[in-house]
Amino acid sequence: MTQETTAVRQPTRRAFLKGAGSATAITLTIGFEWAGTTRRAVGVAAPSAGTPFAPNAFLRIGADNSVTVIAKHVEMGQGAYTGIATIVAEELDANWSLVRVESAPADATRYANFALGKIQGTGGSSAMANSWMQLREAGAKGRAMLLSAAARQWHVPVTELTVANGIVYHPGSKRQAPFGSLIRTAALIPVPDQVTLKDPKDFKLIGHQVPRVDVPAKVDGSAQFTLDVVLPGMLVALLKRPPLFGATVRSFDASAATAIPGVVKVVQVPRGVAVVANGFWAAKQGRDALKVDWDDVNAEKRSSTAIMDEYRRIAEQPAASARSEGDSAQAIRNAAHKLSASFEFPFLAHAPMEPLDAVVKLTASSCEIWAGDQFQTVDQGNAAKTAGLDPQQVSIHTLYAGGSFGRRANPGSDFIVEAVSIAKACGADGTPIKLQWTREDDLHGGLYRPMYFHKLEAGLSEKGELTGWRHVIVGQSIMADTLFAPIMIKNGIDPTSVEGAATIAYAIPNLTVDLATTKSPVPILWWRVVGSSHTTFAVEAFIDEVATAAGEDGFTFRRKLLEHQPRMKAVLELAAEKAGWSKGPMPKGKGRGIAVAEAFKTFVAQVAEVSVDETGHVKVDRIVCAVDCGTAINPDVIAAQMEGGIGFGLGAVLYGQITLKDGRVEQDNFNSYRVLRMNEMPKVEVHIVPSAEAPTGVGEPGVAPVGPAVANAIFAATGKRIHVLPFPKPSAA
Amino acid sequence: MSTSFVLNGKPITLDADLNMPLLWAVRELAGLPGTKFGCGMALCGACTVHLDGQAIRSCVMPLSGVAGRQVTTVEGLQSKPAKAVQAAWISLQVPQCGYCQSGQVMSATALLEKNTAPTDADIDAAMSGNICRCATYSRIRAAIHTAAQSLKA
Repeated sequence: MTQETTAVRQPTRRAFLKGAGSATAITLTIGFEWAGTTRRAVGVAAPSAGTPFAPNAFLRIGADNSVTVIAKHVEMGQGAYTGIATIVAEELDANWSLVRVESAPADATRYANFALGKIQGTGGSSAMANSWMQLREAGAKGRAMLLSAAARQWHVPVTELTVANGIVYHPGSKRQAPFGSLIRTAALIPVPDQVTLKDPKDFKLIGHQVPRVDVPAKVDGSAQFTLDVVLPGMLVALLKRPPLFGATVRSFDASAATAIPGVVKVVQVPRGVAVVANGFWAAKQGRDALKVDWDDVNAEKRSSTAIMDEYRRIAEQPAASARSEGDSAQAIRNAAHKLSASFEFPFLAHAPMEPLDAVVKLTASSCEIWAGDQFQTVDQGNAAKTAGLDPQQVSIHTLYAGGSFGRRANPGSDFIVEAVSIAKACGADGTPIKLQWTREDDLHGGLYRPMYFHKLEAGLSEKGELTGWRHVIVGQSIMADTLFAPIMIKNGIDPTSVEGAATIAYAIPNLTVDLATTKSPVPILWWRVVGSSHTTFAVEAFIDEVATAAGEDGFTFRRKLLEHQPRMKAVLELAAEKAGWSKGPMPKGKGRGIAVAEAFKTFVAQVAEVSVDETGHVKVDRIVCAVDCGTAINPDVIAAQMEGGIGFGLGAVLYGQITLKDGRVEQDNFNSYRVLRMNEMPKVEVHIVPSAEAPTGVGEPGVAPVGPAVANAIFAATGKRIHVLPFPKPSAA
Repeated sequence: MSTSFVLNGKPITLDADLNMPLLWAVRELAGLPGTKFGCGMALCGACTVHLDGQAIRSCVMPLSGVAGRQVTTVEGLQSKPAKAVQAAWISLQVPQCGYCQSGQVMSATALLEKNTAPTDADIDAAMSGNICRCATYSRIRAAIHTAAQSLKA
């Protein structure tokens, strides 16, 4: 038996260490040592000494009792590292203070996101949902093997053992052993095929206030971002990109750029001309001095106002059907009260705090990438293609990402590919190159949340019943022309264009949702909460108008239409109750509004309270938020994601817009691309619905309802509806 | 083209373009990466450091402007208010992505070093120049009040 288990076990462990080969090296390097600067890993314990016990791809236990959880998802603020570690540590019964997190190497065979198919990546608020059973099993199997090891060492039955806080106990003989003392024996135990997972009532970490693993390093400046990567001989590159989307380099004059002290090289790459220097400041000055002549024959030269005019016309023409039930045209024609409204949504930039950056070390046979990488195996494939290598020759060190909101996960891997193409143009000689975007590059660089035009019509019976609903959406498709198109786009419908609209939860007998997909050279991308970033606004602002026409308040009217949607109804009721909705209208100059959404299988309702002064200046005083995301893995992280989503969404509806003037982006930096600031943050209360359902995501859903809740509150305060985003400036209100 | 100043309590001389922003000098020449780049135009506060005790934006401060003066970065925080701020940031679990938090901590520390009992209006005035795209603002506000309380105790 021992022989056999050894035979089974050893190759597995070796396979892990070898397969992780590059992996092991990566995980041991990440965040620790660069150019002689000692940095610390995430978490509190030091890296373990000796051969660790690695029962599976997600867990390593060291002789020093440290528990290392390997994260297949990027930590970009959403708390994924903490959630991932919590799930493993819970089933393992680990001592939380000894748990640390390492990022996984790019490897779809071990680290795929089940929500995305065979891709390692993070998105769609899926980190917890797709990892839940996988990581519970990973932890539970590790625990079972440690228990077997203790049983073997002490010659007692496993059933007599208990485990808590990283220590295995045999109460009968009063013996105890910390995990680290069991790893040599545990490595000889076969990995069990099946394990019994904990009964949720026994959870000690899940559902409790577990501190985030990344917070201490994010308070003293030691957390490692891509910006902070320093490698021997590293150069810094800034890329001059075309001023119009779709333009290309015709010619360039590098003489003034190369005259700047510190500038090493100026190289042309497919996306523009790069200035490579010995530091940021020289690269920046070099790029400012660089002269490029652009060919803009195929470029987008329209203004955003012209694009919206076109969308408005397209909305009157036949479109693809995303959902059709009953006969909405007839129902609206025959309705006692008819309503219609249109909504206009601008391009939005993600504007994460860390401007995009990536470090690439390229040779003839290898490509090493350091980045806040959100789409590891997609980026690996695109980097390989750019470099002329096999994906296996590309390794990725995933670092903390300084925000993303969708931007770092993009099917074309834009900033990664740029960095690789610059390294290639520089000779692929192994010189590490850091590509650094500036804020201006970020706002001018495209991959925006698309512009959309929505047209809605509704019909009400004499009694105020909603009998018909027609919704037309016009805009670019996020999935079109990406690797996701073949699986995602069916019958001309990109589901990310219509989610939240075609999936409307209200009971409406006659319902039509149509989509007209447009084309433009302006590159677009998902933006936090994706389709629901516009569909929820259109649906929830319009349903409020319908409620008013029906003579009912927004809460009561919605509630009646959600009788068959128990979870959505429950969050609506909870938010209304906690906000004191039943107290009725607020004093003059103040208003209360409500909105509800389902996004990525998480349900969120919010009640907004606003004050509007005589100039039309809006102050959002309070947001009461109710959320049902299934099992609450970390209630404080859930609250933080709701708070953050609310602030992010609020900034967008108040100020957010990227506009084009003759094709040129009019916003340059945070002065013209306004985002929410401290003095504008409302008080936020978050209430979590207790649930035993499997966990769903929280990174994005909190963004969806805040815009319409606030717009509906502004209507309550002023009698004015908002149909064009961002909200009107006070003087124009 | 050398500039001498005091960085985190120690004298330092950097040989660099006098127009180089202090941000890049401390990051790339002095090897202190805690101070972050966010906008390059004093619009976001990610690069906040203390110059003679005042919170300033290092992305627009030329190296020549700090000659002979005292510069403190997040790596050099020592004061009681600074430690209170960092402790409150941990206890209230403020950071999300964390990229702006060095700047937030520097601005909050500068506030508490001058005003041990800031009101919400004081916090708005001192902190509205520091953008957090994760919108951790409610927790930052609460953490500043917590830090102020702990300094009183």
